[in-house]
Amino acid sequence: MPPDLRTYLKLVRAGFARQANYRLAMLAGLATNLVFGFVRAAILFAAVRSAGGTLAGYTAGTISSYVWLSQGLIGAIELSGSAEIGDRVRTGDVAIDFTRPVDLQTWHLAEDMGRAAYTLIPRGLPSVLVGALTVGLVLPRTPLPYLLGVLSIVLGVAISFYARYAVNILGFWLLDTRGVRTVYLVTCTFLAGLYVPVSLFPTWLHTLAYLTPFPSILQTPINVISGRDLGVDAVADISMQVIWVAVVCMVGRVLTSAGRRKLVVQGG
Amino acid sequence: MAEPSAWSPYAAVLASRMRAQLSYPTGFALDVMGSLLIAVTEFGEVWVIFHNVHVLGGLTFDAVLVLFGLSNLGFGTADLLFGHLDTLPVFIRAGTLDAFYLRPLPVLTQLMTSELDLRRIARMVVFAITLVVGLRLSHVSWNLHNFALVTISVVFGTVIFCALFVCAASLQFFLINAPELTNSFTYGGSYASSQPAAIFPTPLKLLFGFLVPVVFTGYLPTLALLHLPGPELLPAWLAWLTPVAALWVWLVALVLWRWGTRHYQGGGG
Repeated sequence: MPPDLRTYLKLVRAGFARQANYRLAMLAGLATNLVFGFVRAAILFAAVRSAGGTLAGYTAGTISSYVWLSQGLIGAIELSGSAEIGDRVRTGDVAIDFTRPVDLQTWHLAEDMGRAAYTLIPRGLPSVLVGALTVGLVLPRTPLPYLLGVLSIVLGVAISFYARYAVNILGFWLLDTRGVRTVYLVTCTFLAGLYVPVSLFPTWLHTLAYLTPFPSILQTPINVISGRDLGVDAVADISMQVIWVAVVCMVGRVLTSAGRRKLVVQGG
Repeated sequence: MAEPSAWSPYAAVLASRMRAQLSYPTGFALDVMGSLLIAVTEFGEVWVIFHNVHVLGGLTFDAVLVLFGLSNLGFGTADLLFGHLDTLPVFIRAGTLDAFYLRPLPVLTQLMTSELDLRRIARMVVFAITLVVGLRLSHVSWNLHNFALVTISVVFGTVIFCALFVCAASLQFFLINAPELTNSFTYGGSYASSQPAAIFPTPLKLLFGFLVPVVFTGYLPTLALLHLPGPELLPAWLAWLTPVAALWVWLVALVLWRWGTRHYQGGGG
């Protein structure tokens, strides 16, 4: 194994271990997931009933899967718009980070992957389990959607990370990134399909949403793992995600190198 | 100079907080835009649902506008007055809460008046417009009965949500670093309050109807304004008991707060 890769794998493990320290916070996060999940499920169930049993291809069972899978993924994909790199840019600690022998963006990606993987255990799986036990879910019975689904989730987490990284790195130019982060949070949660699946959007809004990376963060992984998109469709979904990973990653890299040139360290 | 009243320390802090926010006009303008965008997307979520169906939980889109406006005006005002209580976990973790204990004023009123986030006013405009448009489209006339209902709903709705902010903050004394649980009370409560409660299964009706009585802030008054009967467990006449619901949550909030502030042991240092 090349030494570089070993470093990043250690960082993934570190991200995982660090997250594991906040047990009570995880429990609180799970409670929040469940409250929102029950309310969202009630709304979308009522909408499916009101539409006469099917709505944009969803039945009560499949919309339930949508709700609980998305509640389960909230912790991992972290739509909040905050990333640790933001604090490091604001405090100036990033100057030290640039001297480290690892790539700044990939290092933070590795830690975030570890963090995301951990959240699936205390928040992701229990959310899906609670949904299955209380209202019932319709899930695929063959292994392929799950295998592709895991890949799609990893890609979704990566897109989310790269996007948050790009937003937070703007701190090189802005005194306070809070405004930008709020705008990101609001646009991202809506267009990713957190409250209402993107599939229910009117055509123009649906088209608009798919011009952004946001549906690839949440709607796409759920489509793949729940078997809504099968075969060629699932492969097309994943290819689209790969393109978005590349695009958003590049945006972050360009901003990082521009910011690096702008950064002035006040000695001392 | 007049004798300083009991309110003057609070007024001085608030005035300084407002001046501080306005001293960065660009940042403030961005924050206002963000706050407006939040209100617009919240409305967008409701609109997308009604793009697909005509009736949800017995309410038409016009009726849901009234519900959305009422509940969010209450929550928005409470968020303006008490929303900054969610910085309590930061004070607790950093140990800076000790300073609040040392001053000769109640901790809760000091925290309440420690900030007044002006940008939060922006989205109230969206909610007020939604309410007025909804009332017009639903042909609700401005007679004494309806005026009283709207006033009770917004005023006591605010009082109810303020109490929820206090409840959530009180729990922070026990759960170090778990601001997310606060969100399930406050933002979760607000989210639930802007839905037609008829769609809820019985456990949720009981939870949001009586334990965390957010249906009093929007749904019940909407039913009463539009002369709709309401589902089982939640008849429309309950709307007139909104002050009782407010009293109940404040009782719980004050007990929890007392319990929390006594439990706090200081951050040392």
